Amino acid sequence: MPANVRRNQRIATVQTIGRLWRENVTQGHQLDLTGLARVYRMLRLIRRAEERVADIYPSDKIKSPVHLSIGQESAAVGVCDALNPEDIVSGTYRGHATYIAKGGDLNAMFAELYGKVTGCAKGKGGSMHLIDMAHNVLGTSAVVGTTIPMGLGVALAAKRRNQKKVVAVFFGDGATEEGVFYESLNFAALHKLPVIFVLENNGYAIHEPQVKRWATDRMCERVETYGIPTTLVADGDVLAIRDASVKYADRARRGDGPGFIEARIYRWREHVGPGLDFDQGYRSEKEFEPWAARDDVERIGRMLPSDIRAKLDREVEADVEAAVDFAETSAFPQLEELYHNVLAR
Amino acid sequence: MSSPANPDKPQSGRVLKYVDALREAVAQEMRLDPSVFVFGLDVDDHKGIQGSTKGLVDEFGPDRVFTTPLSEDAMTGVAIGAAVAGMRPIHVHIRMDFLMLSMNQLVNIAAKSHYMYGGQVTVPMVVRGIIGKSWGQGAQHSQGLYSFFMHVPGLKVVAPSNAFDAKGCMIQAIRDNNPVIFVEHRLLYNTDAYVPEEVYTVPFGKARVLTKGNDITVVGISNMVQEALRAADLAREVGIHAEVIDPISLSPLDIDTIADSVARTGRLLVIDNDWVMCGAGSEIAASIAERLSGTQKIQIQRMGFAPTSCPPTPELEAAFYPNPRTIGEMMHKMVRPTDARWSPDEARTKLAYQLQFRGPF
Repeated sequence: MPANVRRNQRIATVQTIGRLWRENVTQGHQLDLTGLARVYRMLRLIRRAEERVADIYPSDKIKSPVHLSIGQESAAVGVCDALNPEDIVSGTYRGHATYIAKGGDLNAMFAELYGKVTGCAKGKGGSMHLIDMAHNVLGTSAVVGTTIPMGLGVALAAKRRNQKKVVAVFFGDGATEEGVFYESLNFAALHKLPVIFVLENNGYAIHEPQVKRWATDRMCERVETYGIPTTLVADGDVLAIRDASVKYADRARRGDGPGFIEARIYRWREHVGPGLDFDQGYRSEKEFEPWAARDDVERIGRMLPSDIRAKLDREVEADVEAAVDFAETSAFPQLEELYHNVLAR
Repeated sequence: MSSPANPDKPQSGRVLKYVDALREAVAQEMRLDPSVFVFGLDVDDHKGIQGSTKGLVDEFGPDRVFTTPLSEDAMTGVAIGAAVAGMRPIHVHIRMDFLMLSMNQLVNIAAKSHYMYGGQVTVPMVVRGIIGKSWGQGAQHSQGLYSFFMHVPGLKVVAPSNAFDAKGCMIQAIRDNNPVIFVEHRLLYNTDAYVPEEVYTVPFGKARVLTKGNDITVVGISNMVQEALRAADLAREVGIHAEVIDPISLSPLDIDTIADSVARTGRLLVIDNDWVMCGAGSEIAASIAERLSGTQKIQIQRMGFAPTSCPPTPELEAAFYPNPRTIGEMMHKMVRPTDARWSPDEARTKLAYQLQFRGPF
C-alpha cells in the first residue's frame, strides 16, 4: 500500500472511529455479529486482493489493464451480501469487487490477471472480462453499459422459468449516460423483471468529473419516473446498501419488479493502473480525504471484537497469498488455445 | 410464382412461400423446444412482420411471442442474456438497417462471449433482418450490410435465397449454439418452392450448385441468386453455360465448392446484394484469387449495388441494382470478350416476383 494511503487511513481511523461506531449502532441495521464478520471479511478480502494486484503490478507479471475498486468495495459487498447463491450479478470492467463479493473463485481471478490457462476465462478474458458462472457471476465487459441489458435477459429467463432468482446489475455513473441504460430501465419496469440496478457512482468517468457530464445529479428522481423505487446511499455505507438490497431483492422475488440503488462511493486509485493519481491535477487529494476517513473496511472492522478481526485478517491474507501462488505456478495456455472457443459446438 | 431455385429434394413436400416456410420453421421449433421465443417490434401485431410471425402469438402466447420498445441496443442485450441463461431467442428486425442500432451488443458481446469468457457461456440466438427493395425503400430500408457481421469472428451469417433453404436454415439457426445473423430479402417472401412438411435442417458452410455449366461460375447472394439464375437462363440461349452457385451461408463460407467450379470454368462472376467495396462478394473473389491465381489463369469480376445510397425514384433505383440484363451482359463479356456486345431481351429480364410486388411493403 502506498505510504500516503496508509497515512490517510491512520488519520481516518483516529479521527472518526468513534463517530462512525455511534452512527451504525443507532441506524439499527439487521446484522448480528456473524453477519458483520462476514461483511468485514469480504470487504477486507477485496481490499487486500486488489492491494496485492497493485503490489505485483510493477513486476509486469500482470499484463492486464486493472481498474481497481479500492475504496469503493462497499457497493459490491453490500449488495452481494443480500443475495442468495443462486442469484446473479452482472458487472463492469471495474469488476474485481463484484466478482469476489459474489463468491467468484479468487485463484481463477488471479490466474486470469496473470494470463494463465487456469484463469476463469483461460487467460482469454483478462481483468476486464472476469466470469464465474458456477457462482453466478456473469462476464464483465469493457464497453461501458453493455452488461446492463445482458443482466435483464438473464432476469427475463429466470422469470419465465419461475425461478425466483434476482439479478443485481452493477454499472458506473458513466454508464447512465448511455442510451442503453434508459432503454433497460424502461424494459425492466415494463416487464417487472427481478433486477436490482446498482449505480456505483464514483463521480468520475475516466478523468472527467460528473459536473462536466450531468445536467443535474438527481438520478434517483429520473429513475423513479419509470416506476422504479430508488434508494440513495450518499455516503456509500455498506450496511445501508445491504439494507436497500434486501428490500429490493424481496420485492423482485415477489414479482413486483426492479429496484434501484445509487451508491455514492469514491475511487481511490487511478482510472486504470495500480497507483494514486492526485498529482495529475484533475482531482484533489482534499476531495479524497473524507472518503479515506470513512473507509468502510476499517469502519466495519472496528465493529468487531479485535480477536475475531485479527483471525479474519489472517484468513484473508492466506486466501490472497494462495491465489497469488496459484497464479504464479499455473501454466500459460498452449498455442492451440488461440483458436478454441471462437464458435460454440 | 415458382422459384427457379433447385433444392436437393425438389419433389418432396408441398409448394410453400418463403414467408410461410420461415413461419413454419419457427413454429415447429417452438413446439419442440420451450426455450425458443420470438421478440421484436411488431412480431405480435396483426401484420406479423409481413406474415413471417403471423399467428405465432395465438399459438404460443405473449410470454413467448412479444413486441419490444424501440430499444434495439438493450433488446439485443436482453437476447444475449436470455441466451446465456439457456434460452433460444429469435430477435426480429423488420429491416436490416435497424441492426445498426444493435451493432455494439452483437459485435462486442454476442460475438465474443464464448471466446473471451473462456468457453463458460454460449450465446444461442437468431437475429432476423429483412433487406428491402423497390417501391421506394430508399437509403435506409434497402441495405445488405451482412458483410459487417461476416467480418467478426464468433458470428454466423446466412442468407437463404429460396423457401426450402429458408426453412432449413431457420431450424439450423435456432439449434445453433452461436449467434446467427439471419438475412432475409423482402422480395423473396412471395417466391415459392417445394418445402418438406417435416422438420429438417440445411447445414451452414455448404454451398449449393444450382445449375451446371463449364463456361463461367456465377455466385449470387440472397436475392441476387434469383437474378443470376434468370441471367444464366438467357445466356444459355446464346450458348453460354453458367454454373450458378448459392453459398447460402456467408459465414462460415464454403469456398471449396466455388473454387472447384472456378478451377473448371476459369471465370468467376460474383453478384452481391450489397455494395462491392469490402463486401461478401469481394471476400469470395479474394479467396478464389488466393486459392487459384497461382496455379491457373482466371478471370474475376464483381457486381453489386452502385456505390451510392439507394435512391427511391424508380428509374434511378433500377440502375442502382444489378439485374438479369446487366448480369447477362457481364457474363457474355467475360466468356466472349472479343465478340460484339450482347444484351438479353429486356422484356424477358424482368422477374415475375418483382413485377407482381406491390407496396407499401
